[in-house]
Amino acid sequence: MKSLLASLALTTALTVPGLALARPVTLTTTLNAYGGDGAYLALYVTDATGAYVGSLWMAGGKSKYYEHLSDWYRATGGDPAQINGITGASVGAGRTLEITLDLADALFDAGYTLHVDAAVEEMRDSPNEVAVPLTSAGAGTAVRGRRYVASFSYAM
Amino acid sequence: MIRALHRWPGLLALLLLAVLTLSGAVLSVFPAAESLSAPGTVSGLSTAELAARIQAVHPGVEQIRRAPSGRIIAYWFTDGAPGAGVIDPATGRAVASADPNAVERWLVNLHRSLLLGDGGRLVVAAGAAVLLTLAFTGAALVARRMGGWPRWFAPARGPGAGRLHVEIARLAVFGLVLSSATALWMAAATFELLPDGSSAPAFPAAVSGATGMAPGEMAVLAATPVSELRELGFPYPGDATDVFTLKTDLGTGYIDQGDGRLLAWADLTGWQRMSKTVYMLHTGQGAAILGLALGLGALGVPVLGTTGALLWLGRRRSRPHIPANQPAARARTVLLVGSEGGSTWGFAATLHRALTAAGDSVHAAPVAGFDPARFHQAERFIVLVATYGEGDAPTSAAGFLARIEAMDRAPDAPLAVLGFGDRSFPAFCAFAEAVEHRARGRGWAELIPFDTVDRQSPQDFARWGRVLGEALGLALDLVHQPLRPATQTLTLHDRRDYGAEVQALTAILRFALPPASLWQRITGQGFARFAPGDLLGVLPEGSDLPRFYSLASGGRDGFVEIVVRKWPGGLCSGQLMALRPGDRVAAFLRPNPRFRPERGRAPLLLIGAGTGIGPLAGIVRANLSRRPVSLYFGMRHPDSDFLYGEELQVWRGEGRLARLRTAASRGARPHYVQDALRAEAAEVARLVRAGARIMVCGGRGMAAGVAEALAEILAPSGLTPAMLKAEGRYVEDVY
Repeated sequence: MKSLLASLALTTALTVPGLALARPVTLTTTLNAYGGDGAYLALYVTDATGAYVGSLWMAGGKSKYYEHLSDWYRATGGDPAQINGITGASVGAGRTLEITLDLADALFDAGYTLHVDAAVEEMRDSPNEVAVPLTSAGAGTAVRGRRYVASFSYAM
Repeated sequence: MIRALHRWPGLLALLLLAVLTLSGAVLSVFPAAESLSAPGTVSGLSTAELAARIQAVHPGVEQIRRAPSGRIIAYWFTDGAPGAGVIDPATGRAVASADPNAVERWLVNLHRSLLLGDGGRLVVAAGAAVLLTLAFTGAALVARRMGGWPRWFAPARGPGAGRLHVEIARLAVFGLVLSSATALWMAAATFELLPDGSSAPAFPAAVSGATGMAPGEMAVLAATPVSELRELGFPYPGDATDVFTLKTDLGTGYIDQGDGRLLAWADLTGWQRMSKTVYMLHTGQGAAILGLALGLGALGVPVLGTTGALLWLGRRRSRPHIPANQPAARARTVLLVGSEGGSTWGFAATLHRALTAAGDSVHAAPVAGFDPARFHQAERFIVLVATYGEGDAPTSAAGFLARIEAMDRAPDAPLAVLGFGDRSFPAFCAFAEAVEHRARGRGWAELIPFDTVDRQSPQDFARWGRVLGEALGLALDLVHQPLRPATQTLTLHDRRDYGAEVQALTAILRFALPPASLWQRITGQGFARFAPGDLLGVLPEGSDLPRFYSLASGGRDGFVEIVVRKWPGGLCSGQLMALRPGDRVAAFLRPNPRFRPERGRAPLLLIGAGTGIGPLAGIVRANLSRRPVSLYFGMRHPDSDFLYGEELQVWRGEGRLARLRTAASRGARPHYVQDALRAEAAEVARLVRAGARIMVCGGRGMAAGVAEALAEILAPSGLTPAMLKAEGRYVEDVY
């Protein structure tokens, strides 16, 4: 179980009482057969004003490619502390990335948006590939990304 | 030491380097193909104009990228569907698919990670480090072999694999250093060991809030020529806080989408610029010609690996394993061996064993590549050398005399020279004597007096060993058992007899080619590969000393053929002349790379008498390319010992032989082959001026007479046989 508690606690205004109430959330990202190398994916949350709140996951280990996840990179300046301990391998075409995290209850139904930025070597950079509001009602609903993501959903 | 650093990493990494360099060579073609196929560039075009053209055709454009090759790709969204294409800058229209080439992607991943992720990248980086080591150690070895750095491009001599290795290496090494050094830089960058990360400026806190200015009107983009563009990112439609992102060769910046102002800018750091240059040098992207050259150099690596492995195998075979051979830097006694066929190495091994048993620390090494500075602890040098032909250095002693001459001063440790040879030859131990003479001339102190060993005599060797033992204060008992060479059995297929009427019993003996195992075929051992002029060592019954005969056939002929003359009382020739078809002999092959026609179209002038016709006939038989070959052949009487008489007529008809001149020493008008040369002096001189290669085979007296005649013939042209020999254009095989 990957814990988001620490990173969110550091970077957001979601304070201690809220954190006491957390639940495991599974994020499932399935890529389409775009015909290229493994995709780098950045999963992160913004608040109602569009301001960056924190990162949930970074698929892809080489920081020199992070600038191609342009929205995430712009928001964080590529700060490695944002993804410390929540980094994994890039995701191949047609493959599925499934991660389970403890997300604070307070993130749901409060105007927060979950974003996925995607980039593939020698192919299009796709910032904001997916943007879904975090709501209890939206859980389990699959959405399509713009270029690489065949379906994305979160389940509680 | 350098050789060990070259050999072992090279052998161990052979397969890895073959994969890396072959994939690299194929990849080097892509940038060239890309710049050839890319739509023509428009000189002076600005990024603003390019963006406007593309936006007019593809209104949903999100991103424009320009590859170092000049190829421009645009990515857009139209009606919710992503699109991409290679853009013709003249029209802004997509003219080709922008999908990555699957083959190229696969090769890239093989090349940089063996398709194994980070673990593979580390292996590949280690491979690059090995390649760099091989390039540097190899360069030092080439310099040593050629006789110094200034002679880097001097003509390389020597047998096949070694020469090919040097010739390819000294061209390819420049590219290989560049490729492997840049590969290491790129690996260091990938593993974040270099501070060359992105340096995007901080995102602007405030924007104008306006939208809708066309990129074609933005001053910053108008001032950025397309030739400097790397990437232009468009803002999200409808997001007033978003901006244009511009990346160029110089840096990265943000442009306001409402008023076109440059909101922020960051120059590339020095590290980033260096990394971009390194990337270009390694991949050839943006430098396609260089890339092709590097690819060609990389293609040399598998050949270098193969020839290198063959060289190593050849060296291993030609010398016995010497147990407990001490490192050069620590040995008190240094044995320097110059052996032609390997028997001198056998003596060296015996001496090594005896000295080591007496408590000495001994290093044995080939005398070629001798460098006194390597032997820090040496208290004495012992040189054991054979002689090749008329006093030449044996293969493993090439360049030794020049090295003695080139030393700053003679080493302090004294020297003993022992020559190996056969007293029946006039140039008995001539090379060993030359070594002795040259060394004393340089003031090199004497350990014990010069001595010789005749026909591998164990008695001679033991006698010399006692003198050496006295000088060292050791009881040295050298018991040498000459090693019987590894032989194969040859079965006589047929024989043709000549010369009975002229008191010169001669026969052409043709043996069946013994089958070669797969391993022999791969490594060229046994009878797997040979050419006319190579030597057949025959072990007669009742002796362990082989006799050598020049081969009149090559491996491609499918048989082993020699020409033998019966000598009164000759042990080996007597046994051979008594062979009937189906009879067997024990024999082995010894390459004789010096006596080869060499490739090319230069005319060949073949001169021989008696049994010397053997290898010359083999060369004519193999001349399928119809290179102009002239043969001068001396015999006793055309009716009795005209060896290969019928074949030579056939070969002449087929164009394998251009001219045939014979001389008969008996009969109405006796004359010799040198007389035949003199009679056609003008033609001979013309051929030599046209670059002819001269090959002489036969008895010693005939060879001397031929050299004399050629000296006269060539004098008007200002050439001498000695000059031609120095150029390697005049070779002899005499007995």
